[in-house]
Amino acid sequence: MWHRRRVLDMAALFACLGAPIVVADTPARPLGTLNTIAPDFTRTDLSGRPLQLNRFRGRVVLLNFWATWCGPCVTEIPVFSRWQHRYGGAGLQVIGVSMDDDEALVKRFVAKHAVSYPVLMGDAKLGESFGGVFGLPQSLLLDAYGRIVFRQVGEPNMEALQSQIEGLIRVR
Amino acid sequence: MKSSTNAAALALWFGMHCLFGSCGVDAEAVPASSIPAAELLQPEVLAATLQSESAPRPLVLQVGFRKLFDQAHIVGAEYAGPSGDSAGLAVLQKRVAKLPRDSAIVIYCGCCPWSHCPNIGAAFSALRALGFRNVKVLYIVDNFGADWIDKGYAVTKGG
Repeated sequence: MWHRRRVLDMAALFACLGAPIVVADTPARPLGTLNTIAPDFTRTDLSGRPLQLNRFRGRVVLLNFWATWCGPCVTEIPVFSRWQHRYGGAGLQVIGVSMDDDEALVKRFVAKHAVSYPVLMGDAKLGESFGGVFGLPQSLLLDAYGRIVFRQVGEPNMEALQSQIEGLIRVR
Repeated sequence: MKSSTNAAALALWFGMHCLFGSCGVDAEAVPASSIPAAELLQPEVLAATLQSESAPRPLVLQVGFRKLFDQAHIVGAEYAGPSGDSAGLAVLQKRVAKLPRDSAIVIYCGCCPWSHCPNIGAAFSALRALGFRNVKVLYIVDNFGADWIDKGYAVTKGG
C-alpha cells in the first residue's frame, strides 16, 4: 500500500515537472479475465447488420476469435455451427470474430462453410478490450449476465465446453 | 547478379510451392516441424539477448498476422507477414532483399500452437531459399501470449 502510494506520488511529481513518465508498455492482461463482465462492443457483421454484444444479455454467448488460416479454428467452426442450430432456440448465441485482414476472404469462407451464426471482423482494438488476443483459436463463454465463465486459448475440450453450455442454458 | 540469383531461387521455390497446391492462403503448407531443431531459439534465450547491452541485436521479424502484431510484439520487432500466404511472403522477401546473407535474423509468429502454425515454416523455408544461413526461429509452443507476454518478456504495441 505504502509502495503504491509512493509510486503515485512520484508519478504526480514527474507530471508536474513535465517530465515524460515511462511505463512498461505491457497490454492490460486483467481485462477479459474469468468472472469479469465482458466488455461491450458494437460492430457490423459480415451481412451488414449491427451487432452489439450487450444486446445478447439473457442469452449464453460463445464468442470465438478465429481466422481462416488457423487450422484448429477451421476445425471448430462446423461444431459451433451445429451448436447454434441445436441450442439456439434454448438460448445460445455463437458470435465469430475473425482476425483475418481480408474481409472478402472471410465472407467466402463463411458462405462456403455455411456458418450458422453472425461473424464480424475483429481488430487490434477489440482484441485489446478483451485483454489481448495473442493466439488463436480463442473462445470465451459468457453467461446470461455477460460474465466470462470460460476462456480458452487454443483448442478447447469440446465435450467439456458443450456440457458447460448445456448447464448454463439450463440455469439461464 | 547475386540479387537476381536470389530472386530466381525464390521464384523457383515459390513455383514449387504452388505446384504442390500450397500457394495462397493455405494453413500448414510448410509445417513448423520441418524447421531443424538446431535453428530453434527458446524465448528465454532471445529475451536475454535482447536485454543484453553487449550482445549483437538480431533483426527480429514477426511473420504472423497483423492484428497480433498491432496488439503486442517483441520490442524492436518489425512486421513482415503473414508468411502463410503469397502476399505476406512477398513482404518478407522485400524486407530482407538488400541484407547481407549472413545477417542475424530471428523470425517468430505465435499465432497458434507450434504444430498448427501456417506461417513460421513458410517463412523459414523462404529465407533459406534466399540464401540466409543465420536465421533462428523463436520456438513458441502455444502462442505469443502464453510463451512470451505471460512470462514477462518485453513487448510493445502499435504498427
